[in-house]
Amino acid sequence: MNWSDALIQMQYNLGAPQELSWLVQGITYFVGAFILANAALVLALVLIWITRKVISRIQDRIGPNRLGPFGLFQTIADAMKLLSKEDINPTSADTISYQIAPVLSVVGVIMALAVIPFGAGLIGADLNVGVLYLVALGSIGIMAALMAGWGSNNKYALLAGFRVVAQLLSYEIPMVLAMLAPVLLVNTMRMQELAQAQSLFIGPINLGIGWFVFLLPGAFLIYFISALAEGEQTPFDLLEAESELVAGFHIEYSGMKFAMFFLAQFLNSFFLGAIAVALFLGGWQGPFAGQIPLLGPIYFMAKTFFIYVVIQWIKGTFPRMRVDQMMQFAWKVLVPLVLTLILVQMVVMKLPLPGWINSLLVLVANIGVFIAVLNIMGSYFRREMVRTKRSFEPKSLIGTMQPVNTSSGD
Amino acid sequence: MPELPFPLPPLPTVQQVVFVGIALLTVVGSLAVVLARNLFHSALGLVAAFFGAAGVYIIAEAEFIGVSQVLVYVGAISTLITFAIMLTRGMMFGATSPRNRQSGTAAIITSLTFIVLMALMNGINWPEASEPIVDGQAIIAGLGRAFVTEYIIPFELLALLLLVALAGAIVLAKDRN
Repeated sequence: MNWSDALIQMQYNLGAPQELSWLVQGITYFVGAFILANAALVLALVLIWITRKVISRIQDRIGPNRLGPFGLFQTIADAMKLLSKEDINPTSADTISYQIAPVLSVVGVIMALAVIPFGAGLIGADLNVGVLYLVALGSIGIMAALMAGWGSNNKYALLAGFRVVAQLLSYEIPMVLAMLAPVLLVNTMRMQELAQAQSLFIGPINLGIGWFVFLLPGAFLIYFISALAEGEQTPFDLLEAESELVAGFHIEYSGMKFAMFFLAQFLNSFFLGAIAVALFLGGWQGPFAGQIPLLGPIYFMAKTFFIYVVIQWIKGTFPRMRVDQMMQFAWKVLVPLVLTLILVQMVVMKLPLPGWINSLLVLVANIGVFIAVLNIMGSYFRREMVRTKRSFEPKSLIGTMQPVNTSSGD
Repeated sequence: MPELPFPLPPLPTVQQVVFVGIALLTVVGSLAVVLARNLFHSALGLVAAFFGAAGVYIIAEAEFIGVSQVLVYVGAISTLITFAIMLTRGMMFGATSPRNRQSGTAAIITSLTFIVLMALMNGINWPEASEPIVDGQAIIAGLGRAFVTEYIIPFELLALLLLVALAGAIVLAKDRN
């Protein structure tokens, strides 16, 4: 049973008159949206805590451990600090764009919650264009970045705004095409049906591990890399490269307005992980999730938090890419590979062969793309490592050097 | 079920209320496009108007077209317009005014267009809404099928046009040496 139907039924049972069905429905959806949006804000506190803890451990530190159990309340203290800071408005800023941009960036991210399937029947609105809706939301974030960059009336903010928009637009293409792969398999854009299709029945028992990542590893890898760029996470976090740039398009923002951009970024990387879970990692499917409905949301959240921790792991270990490298990687590696992948999948699925041969061919193509992406990335990083080491060597030795042993680990 | 103690006044339906909000957004956005003194504000008004149009589609239960509207017009076209404005009009060095002295001519032409459109729309015998599509699934599949069967030539020509535009952009942006 759907949560909204259950809530509507409950209100009628409490004595709501049938004539006011519009009010009852309105209350239902308002309650749903209210809970989801506020849960997202509470979630952000946990996400920031996880980031700080994971990165601290990678850097051989302990991380926040003073306030509350395991330092859990540290983020609340930080939020209070941000709230109490002075709200500075630059005199020559464009008031409308400057004030709306932080709100818009959070709105665009939180709207994604509406179509994320947390469990069987536990989805805000099971739109028949759910996947496309998620893609369209990205454009709100782009508008927010442009408005913030231009509205601040600061040339660095404007340049950073351009850079971020170029990044988001470029990586949107491989991301959308990779999201198309599971949609093509199931022939639907409904998030709930996509989650349901990832079951694995042995007889009547649903093992719940027919995840698309086992069939489409290449599409998953490309989605994950593009999601890192869309969420402005390392190695694509040129937005807030503290050690190299002043800051991103939010340079002129202070206090809570800056915190809004911060919040949007954390929530965005979490929701991109949730979309990855819904599309590729089985959604709420898992062993016995069909028998015990309560397990569904637990599986979903566990998988999403796992993806989030992996993102933080990458954040703690990867070097940052230059902007030209980032663009080249999107347009010269990811886009051609994902186009090939989708084309192969479309052709294979129309071949008059038994179903399992079709699946096998799709799997082979995906493994090929998977290996190709990893190979290109690996050789690139090796080349960069040699180049960086050479740049530290004395000029007089250039040309006499042997290739650097890359396995030394430093 | 308990009786209400008073008769309810005839309320507008929820759909009508929502429509008024969306229509206001569209109209205010469109007016901002024309009347804003700052070109960037005009672009933002255009984005608001695009969102309003998407809202109208969604009220008419054409979610696919509504979401595509946001994706294409807000995501791509208005970003393109904003970039073009920012890079060509010297927006980094102060506001530029889009005003000129052609407002009288423009008013006459637009009001004539409006009258013609109104006359046309009043003359059409609008068909009653047919039976609702079952769960909205068929609309995307049907659209795709129509593209590759009935409308294959316009579809391919559009693809060709996009390819030409892409090649042209590369030629224009290429280093001249």
